[in-house]
Amino acid sequence: MSEAAIKPRIEKIPLKEQIFQKLPVFLVPMLALAGLIAIGNPSSWLTLTVAGLAMGMMIFIMASGLTVVFGLMDVINFGHGAFVAVGAFVGFTVLAWLAGWTASPSVMLNLAAVLIAILAAMLITGLLGLAFERVIVMPVYGEHLKQILVTMGGLIVAQQMIYVVWGPDELHISRPQALQGSFVIGEAAIEKYRLVAVAIGLVLFVAMRHILKKTKIGLLVRAGVENGEMVEALGYRIRRLFLIVFMTGSALAGLGGVMWGLYQETITAHMGSEIMVLVFIVVIIGGLGSVEGCFIGAMLVGLLANYTAFLAPKVALISTIALMVVILMWRPQGLYPVVKAK
Amino acid sequence: MLTRLLSGDTPRSGLLTALLLIVLISLAFAPFLFPGTRSLETAARICIFIVLVASYDLLLGYAGIVSFAHTMFFGIGAYGTALALASTGPSYWSLIWGTAAGAVVAAVFALAIGLFSLRVKAIFFAMVTLAVASAFAVFVSQMSWLTGGEDGLNYKIPRELTPAFKLIDEKILDVRINGKLLAYYLVFFVSAMLFLVMLRIVNSPFGRTLKAVRDNAFRAEAIGYRVVWYRTTATILSAVMAALAGSLLAIWLRYTGPATTLSMEIMIDILLMVVIGGMGTLYGAVLGATLFILAQTYLQTLMGVAADATSAVPLFSTLVAPERWLLWLGVLFILSVYFFPSGIVGRLRAGRA
Repeated sequence: MSEAAIKPRIEKIPLKEQIFQKLPVFLVPMLALAGLIAIGNPSSWLTLTVAGLAMGMMIFIMASGLTVVFGLMDVINFGHGAFVAVGAFVGFTVLAWLAGWTASPSVMLNLAAVLIAILAAMLITGLLGLAFERVIVMPVYGEHLKQILVTMGGLIVAQQMIYVVWGPDELHISRPQALQGSFVIGEAAIEKYRLVAVAIGLVLFVAMRHILKKTKIGLLVRAGVENGEMVEALGYRIRRLFLIVFMTGSALAGLGGVMWGLYQETITAHMGSEIMVLVFIVVIIGGLGSVEGCFIGAMLVGLLANYTAFLAPKVALISTIALMVVILMWRPQGLYPVVKAK
Repeated sequence: MLTRLLSGDTPRSGLLTALLLIVLISLAFAPFLFPGTRSLETAARICIFIVLVASYDLLLGYAGIVSFAHTMFFGIGAYGTALALASTGPSYWSLIWGTAAGAVVAAVFALAIGLFSLRVKAIFFAMVTLAVASAFAVFVSQMSWLTGGEDGLNYKIPRELTPAFKLIDEKILDVRINGKLLAYYLVFFVSAMLFLVMLRIVNSPFGRTLKAVRDNAFRAEAIGYRVVWYRTTATILSAVMAALAGSLLAIWLRYTGPATTLSMEIMIDILLMVVIGGMGTLYGAVLGATLFILAQTYLQTLMGVAADATSAVPLFSTLVAPERWLLWLGVLFILSVYFFPSGIVGRLRAGRA
């Protein structure tokens, strides 16, 4: 039999439908444009936009793991914030050890120190994810109520353990030399670190899309989201697949934690639960289980938070809630609903 | 008569009855049994939290809905009373309309959130409420011209409820009969009444249907019950009860601020109390709240002793340090979700059978 004979016939979706499906993509430029009109001053708009994109990228890194885990196994991890905090603390500890490297003027040494810190944080949070999945999440598959409660309990214990290991005080660290300061374009000052954050986020998004769309493991993950039982029936161990995804998600949360920590230069044990609010909003906006939706949602939240922080600082967090409400009125399941309501 | 007062839902276990009686008697005679300001504060806190936790159990245990916005409703009630007292002076009238306004606002918020997000999955509701509640907490602390921001509000309550007011001059059983005592009994009796009302609600046909919706929403819908309506009503009822508990706290403390009413820590405390006490039974709320608050107040002292005794063992002594009491309650919480989802009350009742 030739290849052509078994090729399935794919029906063309009408153009109108296609545009409607792609509509959320245009939301980000539309919001940026609206921001430009509202702010008026192009150079401060540019600064805010870069800041918003950087913040959005960091939220995306933290949220992506959560949303894929939910899509695949119908598990929402309320303790995800703990990985963010632990990642940040591990990263800061490593950076403190490598203080000689971060203070040196050599760019290579600076970046190497950050890289080692990130890798250490991802390793630790990945392993923590393994323990979390085995001990806390596994016994309660399929029971949403218990999942929420147990993962919340996990968050409490993890936060308290941070206090035990690192003490009750917040940690401060300054960014490595190479990542301090900012470029000046025209009248707009753009912090170097924000550009790095945007770059890391973009690379990660492209890589995730590639893995999910082009590799076998991505195919299995997508198939698992669609119909887990069928994937199991075809002889793949979906539990193991899920464990890998869970660990990856936790490691990404750790990465996000380090990046957020370097962004703020101060970390506390309950930073995770504070960021989780934004992460949840992003995941809800994007549609539970969708990586693309999560990305767009993160950009929207990042931009909106920065614009409103400039225009009307008091309503910054309320504005993201309002955004969520508006999006949900338009699409009740989020921008790109992947998981059918089970 | 007694069974009727309890709406036919008796404790159904000897030990449970005994424990509940101990709690009831201790709270009813707290000012005389345990003299001192600290123990009176603890007793009032227990009364208020019993109502708050029971109202949360109405949602979590009876309707199977996880909400993280319960402190928001608690805070709305507290701020309603606080703002009324602060703006129009310490009269009973402003106390009453403030409390009523708080309860109404809480009900409206609950209706909005419920209609908006209860149609979808339970997880969705949990996430939306978490986001809304944190945004609300930030919002309140930023509206400092109205709410006093992080510092909160201090205000006067009617003079008859303050220590300055003396009902009779001589002491009874060595206890001063002053306004503070009256305030305590106001809190106690209102709490008891609200608890009995909730007991009535969960044992009514409405409560039964709620359980049916919790156990099998699809089937309940098929029989002809409107699931969304039941869930939303449960959310509103629990929000109103939480708001009333908040008003009690505002009256008792004569202070309302974000840390005492709106913070995430309190939400987690409530969650722990419900689960440790027992989900799906209001008596669990009584035991859970009592044990937790006693632990919060007195366990730390005990752990301090343990930490001193084991100071030679490096890691262990930090684990039992008094500040780490929440760690152990967190572990207890996880274990109780796994092994006794029906909590202390469920254990006691099962032990009898």
